[in-house]
Amino acid sequence: MIQYSWLIPAMPALAYALIAIFTRKSKTVSAIISILTMGACFAISVGIFFELIKLDPANRVITFGATWLQIAPWQANVGVLIDPLSVNMLLVVTLISLLVQIYSWGYMHEDERCGTYYAYLSLFTASMLLLVVSNNYLQIFVGWELVGLCSYLLIGFWYFKPEAANAAKKAFVVNRIGDMGFLMGVVTIGMVFQTFDFAQVKDMVTQGMANGTYQGAYIAGIALLLFCGAMGKSAQFPLHVWLPDAMEGPTPVSALIHAATMVAAGVYMVARTYVLFSADPLAMTVVAYIGGFTAIFAATIALAQDDIKRILAYSTLSQLGYMVLSLGVGGYTSGMFHLTTHACFKALLFLGSGSVIHAVHNQDIWKMGGLSKKMSITTLTFAIGTLAIAGIPPLAGFFSKDAILDAVKDSNIWHHEILYYAAVFTAFLTAFYMFRLFFVVFTGEARDHHAYDHAHESPISMTLPLMILAVLSVVVGWLNWPGVDAYSKFVSYGEAHLEGASNIWQLLAQSWLSIVMAVAGILLSAMFYYWKVLSAEKMAETFKPVYLLLKNKYYVDEFYTWLVDKGLFGLSSILKWFDDEVVDDGMVDGTGWVARKMGGLFSLTQTGYVQNYALVVFGAVAVIFLLVSF
Amino acid sequence: MNSIPLVHFLYLAAMLFGVGVFGVLARKNAISVLMGIELMLNAVNINFLAFARYWNWNSLTGPVFVVFVITIAAAEAAVALAIIISIYRHLRTANVDDAHYLRG
Repeated sequence: MIQYSWLIPAMPALAYALIAIFTRKSKTVSAIISILTMGACFAISVGIFFELIKLDPANRVITFGATWLQIAPWQANVGVLIDPLSVNMLLVVTLISLLVQIYSWGYMHEDERCGTYYAYLSLFTASMLLLVVSNNYLQIFVGWELVGLCSYLLIGFWYFKPEAANAAKKAFVVNRIGDMGFLMGVVTIGMVFQTFDFAQVKDMVTQGMANGTYQGAYIAGIALLLFCGAMGKSAQFPLHVWLPDAMEGPTPVSALIHAATMVAAGVYMVARTYVLFSADPLAMTVVAYIGGFTAIFAATIALAQDDIKRILAYSTLSQLGYMVLSLGVGGYTSGMFHLTTHACFKALLFLGSGSVIHAVHNQDIWKMGGLSKKMSITTLTFAIGTLAIAGIPPLAGFFSKDAILDAVKDSNIWHHEILYYAAVFTAFLTAFYMFRLFFVVFTGEARDHHAYDHAHESPISMTLPLMILAVLSVVVGWLNWPGVDAYSKFVSYGEAHLEGASNIWQLLAQSWLSIVMAVAGILLSAMFYYWKVLSAEKMAETFKPVYLLLKNKYYVDEFYTWLVDKGLFGLSSILKWFDDEVVDDGMVDGTGWVARKMGGLFSLTQTGYVQNYALVVFGAVAVIFLLVSF
Repeated sequence: MNSIPLVHFLYLAAMLFGVGVFGVLARKNAISVLMGIELMLNAVNINFLAFARYWNWNSLTGPVFVVFVITIAAAEAAVALAIIISIYRHLRTANVDDAHYLRG
């Protein structure tokens, strides 16, 4: 099965071409092509997985490829790398994409550009899979850029809405900033190691660090350049601003971006190039602190948002912060594990919110309410997703989040206790804002009766993926059941790092703090929004400056606008002055002036008297003659 | 034949050339300027023949050059006279100083 792994990115790409060229007009045919292709990809991924686990753990790295371009001494290859990490990603990406595509049939079939939509979805997944199976830095960059392009196309799918068009542009531009660092990193790797191959670079770095050929700080510089790209794609502070705006795209696209195809790319890339990061503590510290800061930063913003999708977007930022934090403190397995579990429950939450939006045609949580009476499946599955993200045992989020907290606690990077308490507090905030969302939307009285009366449960094509994802959100965490540790043994960097707990009770006892935090968050949220013994309005009034700060997302967007307005445009106006006054008036006009004046000067020699010319000729000959003779 | 040394021919040619240069530079009448040029050409011809005679009489290079110079001089005289006639028709004079319209 592994030899067919190249089909995994190739088939959706082909499906894209097929839909875009031939079947775009027909919604049904396009959807069937796209869904069947993705189903086949998922089937191949499962086949590869079972083939891989039969192998001895030491031999679980299989790579093959071909030369794509040969520009001596550079060689650009295209190839496939199958190892536990990429198989993990293949399973996540193909499964989530498959479910999102099935769901999209219910969500998008009324849109007249449904065929185009499926074409983009196929291309999006194809790009992500190209990136995932890549065996070299160049190919991962190609996939990376294609992912960026597809996110632009899908976020701006309803391009006639100005917000969607702007959000698409914003996503593209912000990603560009990160990608520039990534490109510089890839080029530097090519120059330093003379190869782009992951395995060769890994060997060279490992040997070079051992015998002192490379300075740790030098490798860390390359790693941080690559990390710029990851900050863009995985929306880490300060390049996080595009992700909340990306909500303007269709909701299944948000689910795809948040769970499988886009934001996972940054985390995956860091994991894939982990040898560069782990070479120097500096790179790890930067990564860990950016991740930790993003986690708590986004969680606080989510407290004060009113748009159902924006709350989920900030929760994604926060959870991505956890993953990056985990990678930064050396928790390679826990970071990837959280990526996997997060993909399940975040896809579930987004598709659930899509189901709600489909029912009430609104995104403001304060216009919803009491929807549990109308939409039982959505409510139940959404509740499971909320519990999972809050980290309540025994759901998936508990195992992965606790593994991260454990990794942070055990790490030895600079002041890791700050990161640990930030992460624990983030767990509290996560539970609070997710249950705020849940209570406001699904419980209590209907706030907008018109919308409420028209609300209805979504069709089976939408609820089926919800149910599958709800089951996954419960059971995926069990892959790392204490004492079994199947996931940790499968995906690890070097020796598998197993958690201390050898059975579930020990694990629960160890992680009492995060459980208490999560439960406290839920209870506090219930007091505000379910039992209503505390008033959120009064709190907001009392702490008005804080509330406004959170509501306005710490004014980061405003700051960037100011930065562009004053900084960039200010610099531009200085440069424009320089261009007008110095380049145009000084240099360009000056050149003409000098030429004119010189012409005037030399025209004095043109007397028009032919005998003057003859005299000059003879005089010159005489002078030359004299010079030659002596 | 050998009684006249080479240098005498060269003196003659140099004087002739000097007269020609003077004619070209100092005379105002265009015909006179043209005659000066002809004198310079012929001074060169004398040099050619003198060197040919004293150096290697078997080589025809010198005489052949002279024949060429005479031919070109004839053609040049024809063109120059045509120009002078044209100027004269235009300006009613053959004074070269009056034809200074290309002044910068």
